Amino acid sequence: MSQPSRPSRPETVYFFGTCLIDLFYPQAGLAGMELLRREGLRVVFPQNQSCCAQPARNSGYLDEARAVARRQIETFVEDWPIVVPSGSCAGMMRTHYPALFEGQPDAERARAFAGRVVELTWFLVHVLDIRLADKGEPVTVTWHASCHAMREMGVRDEPKQLLRQLSGVTLVEAGHETECCGFGGTFAVRHAEIAAAMVDDKVTSIARTGASAVISGDCGCLMNITGAIDKAGRPIVGRHIAEFLLERCHGA
Amino acid sequence: MALETMPDGPVVENPAMDKGPDFTQRAHAALIDPGLRRNFRRAMDGLMEKRAAQFADPVAWAALRERGAQARAAALARLPDLLEELEARCAANGIQVHWAETIEDGNAIVLGILNHHRARQVVKGKSMVSEEMHLNDHLAAHGITAIESDLGEYIIQLAGELPSHIVMPCIHKNKDQIATLLAANIPGLGYTEDVAALTAAARRILRDRFAAADAGISGVNFAVAETGTLVLIENEGNGRLSTTLPPLHIAITGIEKVVERLDDIPPLLALLPRSATGQPITTYVNMITSPRKPGEKDGPAAVHLILLDNGRSRVFADAQLRDTLRCIRCGACINHCPVYARVGGHSYGSVYPGPIGKILTPQIAGLDVAGDLPHASTLCNACVEVCPVKIPIADILVRLRQEAAQPAGAATPAVKGAGSRRHIAEALVWTVWRWVYAWPWLHHRATRLLARIGNWIPARAPLLRAWTRNRTRPHFAGQTLHERARRAGIDHE
Ligand code: SF4
Repeated sequence: MSQPSRPSRPETVYFFGTCLIDLFYPQAGLAGMELLRREGLRVVFPQNQSCCAQPARNSGYLDEARAVARRQIETFVEDWPIVVPSGSCAGMMRTHYPALFEGQPDAERARAFAGRVVELTWFLVHVLDIRLADKGEPVTVTWHASCHAMREMGVRDEPKQLLRQLSGVTLVEAGHETECCGFGGTFAVRHAEIAAAMVDDKVTSIARTGASAVISGDCGCLMNITGAIDKAGRPIVGRHIAEFLLERCHGA
Repeated sequence: MALETMPDGPVVENPAMDKGPDFTQRAHAALIDPGLRRNFRRAMDGLMEKRAAQFADPVAWAALRERGAQARAAALARLPDLLEELEARCAANGIQVHWAETIEDGNAIVLGILNHHRARQVVKGKSMVSEEMHLNDHLAAHGITAIESDLGEYIIQLAGELPSHIVMPCIHKNKDQIATLLAANIPGLGYTEDVAALTAAARRILRDRFAAADAGISGVNFAVAETGTLVLIENEGNGRLSTTLPPLHIAITGIEKVVERLDDIPPLLALLPRSATGQPITTYVNMITSPRKPGEKDGPAAVHLILLDNGRSRVFADAQLRDTLRCIRCGACINHCPVYARVGGHSYGSVYPGPIGKILTPQIAGLDVAGDLPHASTLCNACVEVCPVKIPIADILVRLRQEAAQPAGAATPAVKGAGSRRHIAEALVWTVWRWVYAWPWLHHRATRLLARIGNWIPARAPLLRAWTRNRTRPHFAGQTLHERARRAGIDHE
């Protein structure tokens, strides 16, 4: 549940890109790495990484999940923090790998790996103590809290602390901010009608804030929410927080 | 209208739930009923707010919750011993204990006791286990009238429905639906939305029933092994009347409700009502330790305790699944469940809806019957966050998904119906996924290709069609992050 207590500032970090970012939001991944590099860190993106294995684990296919998880463990070998631009993938690796590998020959390795996993915004706030200089136009945004960031990684206020550092950004909280958007991986298609009801309510609360952008730290939620926003024809854009922060600091 | 959301006839969990509509169909009926959705949303929002106010101090909450979880876990760790101790204590106190392995056994025992006492009129305090047994139907079939005395239960009994929530059984109804129902059923009561008038009218009817009752049937919140005490909490006084006024009291509960010591009760009582309704304490806390003793002015002459198994031993036998039995039935997981808030309690086809129902019902009824329930969750963990006894609900959901999808054939599967939901196509998808994501060579090629051609996947492809019913299709980026990171010169080792 909890993140490590303020580790000292490392020189090098790993970056775990996540499978959704890899295929759909590479710009968010690049932005995440750039935010770290701007702070003077060396960022390593191992080319052999793929997916945290959460989709299979959550579907109950544990052997398949272990095979893919094992690939990550074998890929991120150095003792560097593994920074993840997703509360959900970070939660999978940090809180579920130990149980997934319990009783396996590589259980100890899995535990050590899990202990190095950190969520991006938490790392920016607590380890790097980042200071952001906003160069963008005034804008009103709202935040969507990811379930796993909050409830598995204990990341609640960190992303909002970052957004509040931006002088031109007004952050308006949406109603039911901490309620699930209805993505839930395969849930979105397995229980499409319930998922639709959930995301429609989410979009309604976001629209009520009057914000022109919804920011999130998880691309699963973002894909779900912006998909519903676009379908409803609402003039709200969705951004991954890494991309948004970098855009603002570049004055884009 | 809530009534129309109910499928024909009672939806029962144990005998052949698969014959009725499944979860998705029932959920559909609820989702297209805007009134019902409004009722649930409003009620759940209120309950969440009240609970949060009770646990405003996170440190105190964490400590109390730890204590509650420990009390329940410790009791389960010694369950067989404690049940024996409970039986011996109760017997010494004059409470007769009966063991019911199945709901049929339970119903037969209740009927036998009532017949022995020639009881024909029964008042009931709230008991979820009696709902699990469909006891009222069984008694009615044998000429015994059981009337629910908890106001919420009374209302759904009049409506001929099942509870939609374990703590607030008629939460799916709004005030005017209840007013209409009571006006139609209580002689002399016109239509009124005045809560005091409605309660007074129901009380008038129920008072007569209490006075005339040959027996009272109640549930049990906690059974204390150390002292043989049955703890029963409630707000309306109907539980106290049901257990003290009639000459015979039958308490029914599941075998998991036992706790070790009387000392365990205060923390559990500090957690239960606050988690359930946001009340610091219930209006009544009944502690029943014996029938009426010589010289006492009230209390039943005979008290019986029925301990129902109905699949719980099997749950108990598995170290992970056992945590399910810690449940104190507070309903907080239900109140915080975003799926429940949309589909309501009747969609689950079981007397236990919401997250607790999703883990309990498939284990009791079997995955062959209720194997769709563990998938009716986004694993958002809202339930896990509020459960006062720290049940890892999401992990148990995943375990049940795994049990349902594994190849059948284990001689003694941990869960009834294991393997019954295995689909070859689905298993194949995960096999392919595994090869792609575990082998970098294949992964690079497959994702590069997908990033380039993904946007041309026909919109009618099965998953995409489900996705796009109310969303636009996701946009493949053209180039993967792997490619762009390499081109940007980012170190890869
Ligand atoms: S699972 Fe936990 S939150 Fe849900 S009813 Fe049981 S004790 Fe309460």
